[in-house]
Amino acid sequence: MSVTASNPGDLAARSAAPVTEQQKWLHAYRQMVSIRLFEEQVNELYIRALMPGLAHLYSGEEAVAVGICEALRRDDYITSTHRGHGHCLAKGASPDRMFAELLGKEAGYCRGKGGSMHIADPATGNLGANAIVGGSVGIATGAAFAAKRLRTDRVAVCFFGEGALGQGSLYEVMNLAQLWKLPVIYVCENNLYNEYTHFSETTAGTILARATAFGIEATSVDGQDVRKVNEVASRLIQRARKGEGPSFLQADTYRFSGHHVGDISREYYRSKQEESLWKTERDPIKLHAAWLIAQRFADSASLDKTAAEIRNEMIAAVKFAVEAPYPSVKEVDQHVYA
Amino acid sequence: MPERELTFAQAIREALAEEMRRDATVCIIGEDVAEAGTPFKVLSGLVEEFGSERVVDTPISEAGFTGIGVGAAMTGMRPVVDIMFGDFITLTMDQMVNQAAKVHYMSGGHWNVPMVMRTTLGATRRSAAQHSQSLHAWFSHVPGLKVVLPSTPYDAKGLLKTAIRDNNPVVFFEDKMMYKLKGPVPEDDYTIPLGVADVKREGGDITLVATSSMVQTALGAASMLEKAGVSAEVVDPRTTWPLDEKTLIESAQKTSRVIVLDEGYGRYGVAAEIAAVIAAGAFYDLDAPVKRMGAMHVPIPFSPPLEDATVPTEQTVFEAARQMCGKA
Ligand SMILES: Cc1ncc(C[n+]2csc(CCOP(=O)(O)OP(=O)(O)O)c2C)c(N)n1
Repeated sequence: MSVTASNPGDLAARSAAPVTEQQKWLHAYRQMVSIRLFEEQVNELYIRALMPGLAHLYSGEEAVAVGICEALRRDDYITSTHRGHGHCLAKGASPDRMFAELLGKEAGYCRGKGGSMHIADPATGNLGANAIVGGSVGIATGAAFAAKRLRTDRVAVCFFGEGALGQGSLYEVMNLAQLWKLPVIYVCENNLYNEYTHFSETTAGTILARATAFGIEATSVDGQDVRKVNEVASRLIQRARKGEGPSFLQADTYRFSGHHVGDISREYYRSKQEESLWKTERDPIKLHAAWLIAQRFADSASLDKTAAEIRNEMIAAVKFAVEAPYPSVKEVDQHVYA
Repeated sequence: MPERELTFAQAIREALAEEMRRDATVCIIGEDVAEAGTPFKVLSGLVEEFGSERVVDTPISEAGFTGIGVGAAMTGMRPVVDIMFGDFITLTMDQMVNQAAKVHYMSGGHWNVPMVMRTTLGATRRSAAQHSQSLHAWFSHVPGLKVVLPSTPYDAKGLLKTAIRDNNPVVFFEDKMMYKLKGPVPEDDYTIPLGVADVKREGGDITLVATSSMVQTALGAASMLEKAGVSAEVVDPRTTWPLDEKTLIESAQKTSRVIVLDEGYGRYGVAAEIAAVIAAGAFYDLDAPVKRMGAMHVPIPFSPPLEDATVPTEQTVFEAARQMCGKA
């Protein structure tokens, strides 16, 4: 079967034959590399002044989105953040329409109206990225509420950065989710920094205790290990689907680049040494590649070939987006009301 | 000696630094205000001078730290609360509207809330719908709050110093597209009273009342109009509350035609209120209905050609003014 970057994570649901371990983990690899190379092009677009505004890159955190979305069905819901490209791709969005959105083109997922921070895609259950920190915690919990009431068997995954732990609405919805046993998984991507401030300066107590205070099942995972993330996520998703209620997953991770593409000089808040340690020792793609090779699921030549293919796909997708037309100005007051 | 020039951002920083030196109860509270100096670098250097007890980084908890600002203001401090993007004021609404704005009145005049909230407004930065709004009308609607909209570095420094010394909650909106704008700013300790409009340019044929970012747009349009034989007066109210009704009405009486420009939504907005004040006060002198120009009534779109269509520009103001003067 052909497995492309635009395929959603639910391999098993769509392939006739059972998915082998090898296929499963090669697909996860592909998805992670797609995100990394997508972001590489985003940065290029910024540097070449082809992209309006800014974008927040997900590079370094790929194993979180991929590990989780590979455990979701296509019709399960996610909500995402300002750092959302990885979540969108991992849930199955295609790079060409994403790039088009980043450039404000009509072919984009939101007809250019949303941009990098607002990509939404009903076909893959993506309720939308969000530029308000913590802005989607209600939406994800609401989607879980509807799934339960409408008996659709779907679950909702709410991605947010550890910065969102500062928002009071998170605690309101976690309380409700537990009271009503809603099928929602709160995924806190702890990349250590709220913008330019280390999370230890903004977060009292421990992260997991925030969820366990409500009696919510809470656990943490190495967010650089796609297999571990996938294993824990599969369990939490299954629990939610069976009606056993919400859960909270803290994924410890790191963003390799600045807070956004323009955040170049960042030594005042984190050292170059820290960055290079994460990049050399804790790169989720390198770690997974080494494992694939050790398992004899791949060799370095075949992995390089995969990456080269994906890079070409990304270049073609960028070309599509650059050449695509802007929406007509007449569209400006369309879609204000349904 | 040539006048000293500062950027808008530097003028804000200087006002804060001067007030913090003058009054030890003035402090800054907000996200990434200390070492980062905010994403716009407006506050760079302040933590180095005043320390982290007075330039306080917070978690991303707008409702919480705004409430702390209110309580601290009631009990002896003069906090300047920093809300990074004006779009996030929505998260602070209960603290501002139900608490800060009403404490003095509800307590029969016992408690004061001498607090400033600094935040931003303005589109065309390609930041999309949740980082581009101009929501100053919301606060202007609420009795008990004062609302300031500086349009030049000079005004920014003088108005911010007054806002900090005021015994009421004052919301101070800065156009993020204007931070790099340069202009003369005296080194001395001057203040500008709230509620006094400023005529930014004199003219006789039409009045362009403009706030914040729209003042620069109005001045640009006025230069274009001059070449077309129309003399435009540009009046900047500088504060939407208190509002200098007298200056606005007098200018309207003089020119007989008025366009009100404000980057908020025209409907139910600041421009609507100013238009109503002028229509009532200058009724017998007006030759045309007062016209409002503001943000188009849509969420701000990301796509550049769409976003650009949502805000008044020098060209659209020029055309509207020329038409109103019968010169189109
Ligand atoms: C309510 C709100 N406050 C502030 C911001 C500005 N802001 C954007 S991203 C960010 C930091 C978010 O940190 P975190 O949630 O940890 O996500 P990360 O950027 O680390 O992925 C801040 C403060 C915002 N977008 N929304």
